[in-house]
Order: sequence, then structure tokens, then C-alpha cells
Amino acid sequence: MVEAVAFYSLAALILGFGVLVVTAKSTVHSVLFLVADFLCVAALYVTLQAQFLAVIQVMVYAGGIVVLYLFVVMLVNLKRPPEAHSDPRRMGRLGLVMAAAVMVELVAIFALGWSKPEVTGGGGLSPNNVEQLGRLLYQDYLIPFEVASVLLLVAMIGAIVLAKREL
Amino acid sequence: MITITHYMVLSAALFTLGVIGVMTRRNIIIILMSIELMLNAVNINFIAFSYHLQNAIGQVFAVFVIVVAAAEAAVGLGIILAFYRNKETVNIDEMSLMRW
Repeated sequence: MVEAVAFYSLAALILGFGVLVVTAKSTVHSVLFLVADFLCVAALYVTLQAQFLAVIQVMVYAGGIVVLYLFVVMLVNLKRPPEAHSDPRRMGRLGLVMAAAVMVELVAIFALGWSKPEVTGGGGLSPNNVEQLGRLLYQDYLIPFEVASVLLLVAMIGAIVLAKREL
Repeated sequence: MITITHYMVLSAALFTLGVIGVMTRRNIIIILMSIELMLNAVNINFIAFSYHLQNAIGQVFAVFVIVVAAAEAAVGLGIILAFYRNKETVNIDEMSLMRW
């Protein structure tokens, strides 16, 4: 019962803030709704026993990525708002139709095509699973973990090179 | 009783919201934010399956998705800044330099 109330209220908040992110007129408002959306998703992770992921979500998304977006929104000083004039070849209705097709397809896959997969390894999920996650990351998934760190380094250097005026 | 299907429908709806944002908005910053929404939908799926199958590997992959999202945001916003410096716009319709 408590689980159902938590799920439905969080789902309503997540989808509501998501709609606001996509439809908000001002870009700054859109970024602020995005923060609220990420915080609600973090709360959903807590109800799914993923405490570490919830903390990471708050720190990386709501703390890091969104601040980056806010900086760019404030650096990009818009004299002409992008929604003011549009390309005559643009077909906005077609975009909505295609998005609806994606939704129908996803729901059909989830409703019809699901069977319980056989999963090996991992070894159960304890209620307090931060230690378990750390063991998996540093033992079974060590190489992907190191590759991810290299990816972050490359992205950092790439962002500096792209954003710098001249090297 | 909340089943795995509930989480999958929530994730599908959030993913579709991201698709709607990418398809209909003209501001490229909002398009990037919609992509973040889609990555969040994927993460909700990973973590819901991790809980329902009682297996921690789903959370490992969610960590990797967050890493990729951070890298994508940094590089994407760098490209936007470089583009804005040249053309003074963030309208996706005017980014037709490489259009065939």
C-alpha cells in the first residue's frame, strides 16, 4: 500500500516535471524543472533499494550536469529566441506522430514480449547494497570501469578544446 | 501491488517525453535536456529490473549510463558554445552547415 502510494505520486511528479521541461517557454525555467525531475527520479531509486544510485543521481545530475546547463544558458545570451521564427520545411506535427509511434511500440514490447530472463552472477540484492555494488564495480566490471574513466577524461579534454577560443 | 510493468510503462512514458522534446523543440539546449530525460528513463528501467530480479548488476550498468550522460552533456554543451560563438544562435533550424 505504502509502496503503491509512493510509486504513483513519484511517477506523477516525474512525468509532470518532464512535461514542463519539454514545454516551458523560458530555457532557465526548463533547466529548473529538470532539477526537480532528477530529484524525483532519485527518490524513486531510494524506493527501489538503490541508495548509492540515488546519491549519485543527486550529485552528478542535479549538482553537476544541471549547473553546466545553467552556465551555458546564461552564457548564450539570446537576442532572437529560437522559437520566434522557424524553417518552413519543418514538420512539427510529424514529430509528435513519430513520438506517439515510439510510445506505442515501447508499451507493446513491454506488455507482450517480456519473459523472466535467466541472470547469473550478482549474487542477490541485500537491502544495504553499496558494498555489493563496489565489489562488482572493482572486481567483475573492472575493465568497463576503467574504460568509463578514460571516456570521462577524453570528454573533459574535448569539452575544453571545443569551448576554448584558440589554443 | 506495483509490478515491473508499472516501472516499464513509467520509463516508456518518460522516454517518449524525451522523444517529443527532441522532435518538436527548436532550442538545441532543450533538445540536449530531452536526451538527458531519455537516459533517465533507461536508468529507471535498469534499476527496476535490478530490484525485481534481485541482482545488483543492473545498478552497475546504471552507473555507466550516468558516466556517459555526463560526458555527453560536457561535449554537447562545448559544441553549442563553439557554434554560438560563430553564428550567434541556438536554433536547430539554422544549424544547416552540414546538411546535404
